[in-house]
Amino acid sequence: MNTSFRRALSRAVFSFAAALAVVPAMAAVDIQHWVTPNGARVYFVESHVLPILDTQVDFDAGAARDPVGRKGVAALTQGMLDAGAGGLDEDALAEKLSDLGAQLAGVVDNDRAGVSLRTLSNPREREGALALLHTLLTKPEFPAAVLEREKARMIAGLKEADTKPDSIGAKRFARALYGDHPYGRTATVESVSAIVRDDLLNHYRVHYVAPRAVVSIVGDVTRTQAEAIALQLTGDLPAGEPLAPLPAVTMPQATTERIAHPANQSHIFVGQPVMRRGDPDFFPLQVGNYILGGGGFVSRLTKEVREKRGYAYSVYSYFNPQRQPGPFQIGLQTQRSQAADALKVVDETLAGFMAKGPTDEELRAAKRNLVDGYSLRLDSNRKLLESLAVIGFYGLPLDWLNKFPERVQAVTAAQVREAFQRRLSADNMVRVIVAGD
Amino acid sequence: MDLRRFSNGIALCGLLAATLLLASPARANPYEMKLDNGLRVIVKEDHRAPVAMHMVWYRVGAMDETDGTTGVAHLLEHLMFKGTKTLKAGEFNKIVAGLGGSDNAFTSHDYTAYFQRVPAVALPRMIKLEADRMRNLLIDKDEFERELKVVMEERRLRTDDQPQAQVYEQLMATTFNAHPYRRPVIGWMNDLENLRPEDARAWYHRWYAPNNAYVVVVGDVDHKQVFDLVKKAYGGMKVEPLPVRKITAEPPQTGERRIVVKAPAELPQLLMAWKVPHLKDVEHDREPYALEVLAGILDGHAASRLPRNLVRGSQIATEVGANYDSTSRGEATFMLGGTPARGKSVAELEAALRAEVRRIADEGVSAEELERIKTLTVASQIYKRDSTYVQAMEIGRLEAAGYRWQDEDLMLDKVRSVTAEEVQSVARKYFGDDTLNVAVLDPQPVDPNAKPRPRPAGLRH
Repeated sequence: MNTSFRRALSRAVFSFAAALAVVPAMAAVDIQHWVTPNGARVYFVESHVLPILDTQVDFDAGAARDPVGRKGVAALTQGMLDAGAGGLDEDALAEKLSDLGAQLAGVVDNDRAGVSLRTLSNPREREGALALLHTLLTKPEFPAAVLEREKARMIAGLKEADTKPDSIGAKRFARALYGDHPYGRTATVESVSAIVRDDLLNHYRVHYVAPRAVVSIVGDVTRTQAEAIALQLTGDLPAGEPLAPLPAVTMPQATTERIAHPANQSHIFVGQPVMRRGDPDFFPLQVGNYILGGGGFVSRLTKEVREKRGYAYSVYSYFNPQRQPGPFQIGLQTQRSQAADALKVVDETLAGFMAKGPTDEELRAAKRNLVDGYSLRLDSNRKLLESLAVIGFYGLPLDWLNKFPERVQAVTAAQVREAFQRRLSADNMVRVIVAGD
Repeated sequence: MDLRRFSNGIALCGLLAATLLLASPARANPYEMKLDNGLRVIVKEDHRAPVAMHMVWYRVGAMDETDGTTGVAHLLEHLMFKGTKTLKAGEFNKIVAGLGGSDNAFTSHDYTAYFQRVPAVALPRMIKLEADRMRNLLIDKDEFERELKVVMEERRLRTDDQPQAQVYEQLMATTFNAHPYRRPVIGWMNDLENLRPEDARAWYHRWYAPNNAYVVVVGDVDHKQVFDLVKKAYGGMKVEPLPVRKITAEPPQTGERRIVVKAPAELPQLLMAWKVPHLKDVEHDREPYALEVLAGILDGHAASRLPRNLVRGSQIATEVGANYDSTSRGEATFMLGGTPARGKSVAELEAALRAEVRRIADEGVSAEELERIKTLTVASQIYKRDSTYVQAMEIGRLEAAGYRWQDEDLMLDKVRSVTAEEVQSVARKYFGDDTLNVAVLDPQPVDPNAKPRPRPAGLRH
């Protein structure tokens, strides 16, 4: 059935940030944390309401760790964990997983690579599914024939993406923001073609190691069982060697790139690198962004670009904090003939917000949404798992969720304005326009 | 066609997300009530978190439109946020956000629905807001004009600049000559250009009435309190006469149809649709359940046949998918599709996909495959309970398509009772040449300096 959604919810990244909001109405989230003997960090929320267990294991093995010229290694390594492991081929692994009714999903971004598993918590299903996850994490085989096939599929996907204005724009935007920094490089036909099996073996050996493993567990097991699960999943992982930190990000000079394309709509990207995870300006910037372009239908950008002028179906802004300063990004798509007009509205909206900050009424409304909506953002095991994984991977304090409401409440209009003025600058603002007239 | 969505076991979600028998002792839950004016309320209590999912569903969608005004159901859905006699444009969203919630709406061929996720304490306000816009919507000319532009941008974004979406749109227009599923939900661009405020007003007055709607609430609520709130908010509304629905049945297809879509892209794409039955009699039908299981065996999970044999095995494709939804108001299709691997042709992929169905027709399916589908069915029932949204959607979708939410359990049992012989039988019966429709994306080089194709001028004035 073809369902046409009215408006795309403002973008995964805001809901991701908002997933860390907390309201006092709900009992505090009790995160239990410990470290296994070989150094894996474990985060656990016990919940017996549903007979479900969700587990995620992440490593510092994301795309930023790709070797130079071999962009794509991290994604292929993660993607091939279930392509053959522990003497079982990919079909046998898939059958086992399906016979248990379990679900496996992969996670790869700039910083992280990992696997999440959802299973029923009955001993038979749980033990079978966890044994399977253990096999994938500790005994992957990366068969050469499967690698060739997966490379071919990835290359086909890259070629297809290179015809699409949104993909073209996103790549150019990353490049313009980060240049040669690992966050600026994306996989290409050439980089994937150059990848050999040893690259995957090496990436796995260097990065899938216990001291940089983060295990998140949510659901229907006891603490004792969770401890055993964490040991089971990570006990066989090697200690590895210390890893150099990612290089620092150099701020880009303001630039506007225009890329010709025959699409009906222009795809517009505006932004700059701003914020790391754990950044002291996190709260003023996030609360401010809710008002500017993160708050979906009630944001200033939506009001100015969509509601008042009908220029776009979707317009948004977000901060995506990462290990190194992640992007602040504004995005929209509009009929190509009005791209310049729409961009002007975006520029004026951003400039106005930076100059004057939010009104008192806007700030009150933002706080009400972020604080009172806390329960909605943690109302399922799945959402809790996502929050836990972020807290664990980036080493945020264990009371991060429970302190969230008071931190939001404490933000003042002056702090928002000051943080935006200090952290964003017209001198560093990058614009990418695909298919503008 | 979004292949990812296509291959993610959508085939299963129509039926396989019913209430779990073994873990749901209180069989009274959900609870249902009907007002004298015909409005029904279905409440499922779920006390894990202090939240409520509130939905209002209207039994009207794009399939109830007529030629010349396609897209009006979806545009009206947008306009429902543009103010009532007592509420300014945009205020609905503002109130929901101010209470900590989020809201949205969606339109399909079969239905139009509105929802809010809110802290449970905000539910009374949501019920009042929805009741208000069921009766008191104002469609201002300026707001209409601006929102129409937004919808046109939505069409450009989701369809006109998406070759895969164009293939789907044109395949539906080919598969159905007469039945209204031939028209896109978002509407043809030229029809959007010709829409007027009075078209939207007429749509609203024709279809938005308590006797054409139902309320679904899932969350941390007391059903009796919800019943009282709904009574208070909607009780004074009158039953409205609803138009007779004249849904054109599709005449029998008597020969295969093939179309080509040319668009800037890198990879070709294949999408095939056969006409198959949908579920009419929950108790006595057998074939729709067998078709659901067939779709699951072909493409319902990691070990299913299409990805295993065509992506991993023969490597003829980089992506493959199967899709069938037995629970729809209108006529059903069974779709197969994919993207050929480099060096393989669309024709080879077509032959390979059809060979997979033929193999089941000739040799049947194994006991293990059948058992696997049943296992996944049970598991998905439990996983569903982690989301109030998914639970509310299940209830709403079944009701929209003309079933009752109570049918969920029976449908689940029926799927689990499907035999290997029944799967083989539908594979034999429904996949012939004469009811086949094929759409192929013929990728064109992307000329950076080309301009979009001109469309015929609209009648806009």
